[in-house]
Amino acid sequence: MLNDLDKLKSQAIAELQSITDANSIEDWRVAYLGRKGKLTQILRGLSTLPIEERKAVGAAANDIKVLLDEELNKRHRAIKEASLDGGAQAIDVTLPGRTVPLGRLHPTTQIIRQINDAFTSMGFEVVEGPEVESDYYNFEALNIPKDHPARDMWDTIWISRDEASPTLLRTHTSPMQVRVMEKRQPPVRVVVPGRCYRYEATDATHESIFFQIEGLAVDKGITFADLKGTLYEFAKRLFGAERKVRFRCDYFPFVEPGVDMSIDCFVCGGKGCRLCSNTGWIEILGAGMVHPNVLRGVGYDSDIYTGFAFGLGVERIFMLKHGIDDIRLFYGDDLRFLKQF
Amino acid sequence: MKVSINWLKDYVDVIIPAADLAHKLTMSGNEVEGMEVIGAAWDKVVVGHVVALEPHPDADRLRLATVELGGEQMTVVCGAPNVQVNDKIAFARVGAKLIDGHSGEAMELRPAKIRGVVSSGMVCSEMELGMSDNHNEIIVLSPDAPVGMPLAEYMGDTVLDITVTPNRADCLSILGIARETAALTGKTMTMPEVKYTEDGEPIDKSVSVAIADPDLCYRYCASLITGVKIGPSPEWMQRRLLASGMRPISNIVDITNYVMLEYGQPLHAFDYERLPGGKVIVRRGKGEKLTTIDDVDRKITPHMLAIADEKNPIALAGVMGGEASEVNEKTTTILLESANFNSENIRRTAQAMKMRSEASLRFEKGLSPELAFYAVRRATQLIVELTGGVAAKGIVDVYPAVVKYAPISLTGDRVRQVLGTDIDQDEMVGVLETLGFECERKSTVELLVSVPYWRTDVSLPVDLIEEIARITGYDQIPTTLLSSEIPQNESHPMLAFKDKVRDILVGCGMQEIITYPLVSRETLDKISAPEPIRLLNPLSAEQEYLRTSLKPSMLMKVADNEKHEQSLGLFEIGRIYLSRENELPDEREVLMGSITGQRGQKTWNTASATVDFYDAKGILEVLFGRLGVDAAFEPAEDETLVKGRCASIAVAGQAIGVIGQLDPRVAEWYEVSSDPVYLFEIELDKLLPLVEPLGEYTPIARFPGSTRDISLLVDIDLPSQKVQHIIEDTKLVSSVAPFDVYTGDKLPAGKKTLAYSIVYQSSERTLTDKEVNKVQDGLLKRLQKTLGVTLRQ
Ligand SMILES: [Zn+2]
Repeated sequence: MLNDLDKLKSQAIAELQSITDANSIEDWRVAYLGRKGKLTQILRGLSTLPIEERKAVGAAANDIKVLLDEELNKRHRAIKEASLDGGAQAIDVTLPGRTVPLGRLHPTTQIIRQINDAFTSMGFEVVEGPEVESDYYNFEALNIPKDHPARDMWDTIWISRDEASPTLLRTHTSPMQVRVMEKRQPPVRVVVPGRCYRYEATDATHESIFFQIEGLAVDKGITFADLKGTLYEFAKRLFGAERKVRFRCDYFPFVEPGVDMSIDCFVCGGKGCRLCSNTGWIEILGAGMVHPNVLRGVGYDSDIYTGFAFGLGVERIFMLKHGIDDIRLFYGDDLRFLKQF
Repeated sequence: MKVSINWLKDYVDVIIPAADLAHKLTMSGNEVEGMEVIGAAWDKVVVGHVVALEPHPDADRLRLATVELGGEQMTVVCGAPNVQVNDKIAFARVGAKLIDGHSGEAMELRPAKIRGVVSSGMVCSEMELGMSDNHNEIIVLSPDAPVGMPLAEYMGDTVLDITVTPNRADCLSILGIARETAALTGKTMTMPEVKYTEDGEPIDKSVSVAIADPDLCYRYCASLITGVKIGPSPEWMQRRLLASGMRPISNIVDITNYVMLEYGQPLHAFDYERLPGGKVIVRRGKGEKLTTIDDVDRKITPHMLAIADEKNPIALAGVMGGEASEVNEKTTTILLESANFNSENIRRTAQAMKMRSEASLRFEKGLSPELAFYAVRRATQLIVELTGGVAAKGIVDVYPAVVKYAPISLTGDRVRQVLGTDIDQDEMVGVLETLGFECERKSTVELLVSVPYWRTDVSLPVDLIEEIARITGYDQIPTTLLSSEIPQNESHPMLAFKDKVRDILVGCGMQEIITYPLVSRETLDKISAPEPIRLLNPLSAEQEYLRTSLKPSMLMKVADNEKHEQSLGLFEIGRIYLSRENELPDEREVLMGSITGQRGQKTWNTASATVDFYDAKGILEVLFGRLGVDAAFEPAEDETLVKGRCASIAVAGQAIGVIGQLDPRVAEWYEVSSDPVYLFEIELDKLLPLVEPLGEYTPIARFPGSTRDISLLVDIDLPSQKVQHIIEDTKLVSSVAPFDVYTGDKLPAGKKTLAYSIVYQSSERTLTDKEVNKVQDGLLKRLQKTLGVTLRQ
């Protein structure tokens, strides 16, 4: 009996070694280790043997079963590894993947976030305000009285022009300067993204409805030098550290001194081209030191507190960064445009 | 404002190239938008003197002109009818580049044989020199033009096109820009020398002026010039007017325009003979009619200021003159007005009349009353010099309230406080004085600065600080970062919330859009949106109302994009504007979403299918899941959504939005051809307060759960949510999800099956089968009792 077992062991191992595929391995397992397999049968037949022999044969058969299980696992693994190494699992990796729908933020949202981030990292807080405004906040409180020639700078869409409470669609985000200062005491550092409206015909460079970001910093000791530094830092973050900036005098009634900031043209590097109207410079924002009349209007002591304010056109920044030549693409919302960003 | 550099040179030494001056002006606030060089192409064109004219032997209309060029004479063929012996003319030599009179192209001049006569040169018209379209007449130069001098040297010029900011009325003048130029280049400007003799009668004998409304007219100066001969103004004046963009008309009109350009003070010339009794009354209108010089009848209301004779208005003050008193070719006596009016009133009148002119634009910016006097004298001088007129003795000057301004105290501390740098007192004085300010040194740290009359924009120390900074240059100021304390931030949950919602939806594969908040009435009415606010002056009927719903714009964007997209998943977070009594409108933040077309792209391994309600709902479930809110969807109705395919959405019992399938009839109106389209609309202002901050964490279950599937036979219209709520509320149930919904022939009529996978779990121990069976038996009994549901085997 033990001899038979030995023979069975040798035969089983020999057969196993010659197997090279997974199916034959399963056949082999059924033939030897399965319920009706040869080794199982021997184990079943044990009961007919005398007790002494039963013990010896039983122990031997069990050893062989353990051995054959081990060998089976080894063989299994060898065949699998051979198949992996041989590239039998190859698929066409050049076919496209299963699609997952791709969502995107609108370019305006993207650029507003970038600009907000640049300023929040300098301690500014983002706030929002109403788009339908009173004449008071949009003009009067910003040192632009009724019938002031500077009103020409903002062609206005009106809701109501009655004397008591003229109402309009805000022409800039600047009214929030006043609204924020009315509610808070210095120090103040805010940026205000938001939609603005102008009574203006629309063309490739002008939208009647567009977004601006307003900025305001007021405290003791804030200077024109801080204005320059803060806006320079902003320009570097948005347009790259190698950008040059230029500050020149400009006029906005709610600041004094007033500033226009330009960056050197990144298309021509300052030599002059169509983008920069041959000046080598691209205007990107208006700014200045908050006018004492505006500070006084909100009850700040303009002898103690100073500050700067700025405003920039959001779409224009994005257009400059991506070479977009028509602002109307933004709110035309053609997916063939939006999907590019 | 177009500024001729030649003209500028009358009053200041221009020591730098025009391009450098343009740069300096731009940096200091007077932005030069363009620069035109007159005569840049006048190479080989010189001043010539016509010494003889002979008829052409073979052509009646041509003549042979002999031209002296300074040591050299040439004879050329000339076709212009206006050439005369002794004229100074512009002569082009062979090789000059001239504009062809017929083609308009630049051509090089070659010797030509014209009807048998060889012509080596040409007498030029304005067109050939690129000055105008006139090619029938040759240019006749001033008799004193130096023969032989290159034309570019004689009459070339550079013209700067400057955008003057609204505060700088003084820079709308040659003298103003000359002053800026002087300050920017360290030079001193000179003023025109105004001297003339007054050989006439005293003006008081023939002219009287009364200001009836001194709140609208602050000063009125007038001079009287008799014996004027109307004719063209001299060539040099015409040239400067043309360079400044004004058309020469006649000597008197040209002189008033010339002085307006030079001083910035508008003037008006009346024909004295047509002014009964020489009486001028400055008063409000009384509703009378006035025919203005553009031949339009206008009503002069009491809001407007008129210049009137004893009875009727003769001009609309500061805006336009009247036809009846206009100077014409027969005029011999001029009453010249130089006045100062209320700037707001002029602005309102000019806007109301839609007559904004060079004059009204200057008045409305706020001129100094002082200017009126200087300008009337300058213009009178030019009239006397150029028209043969005789000035009456004296000037009428009615100036009811002379305005005096107190000097401004400027301290070094204030300069440092604003600019962040110290500026030497000498430097400040230097800058301010070249601009015309007078500085008194109170101490080493304080200046007392008197503002010159023309600077109506300067009244505060910061105004002076800007003057100092812009002239020394903004680039001289250091660049520093904010060093003061960072303010305490207030929280703005809506901003962060909107950004979070955007990010979640983008994560779900949706594209954000931003549409115009201004829409037409029709598009809102079609979906029964709330009553919108109308604009007073809309740009178009398509943008006449503030939207009260985001739906119309969303549908229009679907219509625009469906043609070129297989599938659309769009959302917008935007405002709606609801009117309120006595308050600014309520601006509410709304989320609007739409999906339509294919669910995913059809690819080699993915079958495509049309999106359905549950795709849209799934997106909202992700949104609510990420926000950590429990939203209940209940069947609802909406006018724009298909009946039975619409649900209201509530959080904590409060309605926050709606979801459903777009009614194809509504779709059709918006030209949306996709079907089905699913929409959802969430009121973010309502949702935000319902979003709870994250609480404490729940420990991870340590004991395994036990999953059971059950299949229930229910009434066909029973919403699954009702069953699910009962299962969820059962003890030991940790989760439940429907995994099959079946309707069909094999079931009794009016029934469907709902199958759920339920996980039972305890946090204290592993549950036994017996325990689970007991709980589930109880659950099934409760379902049967409350909903009439039976277990299906
Ligand atoms: Zn460029």
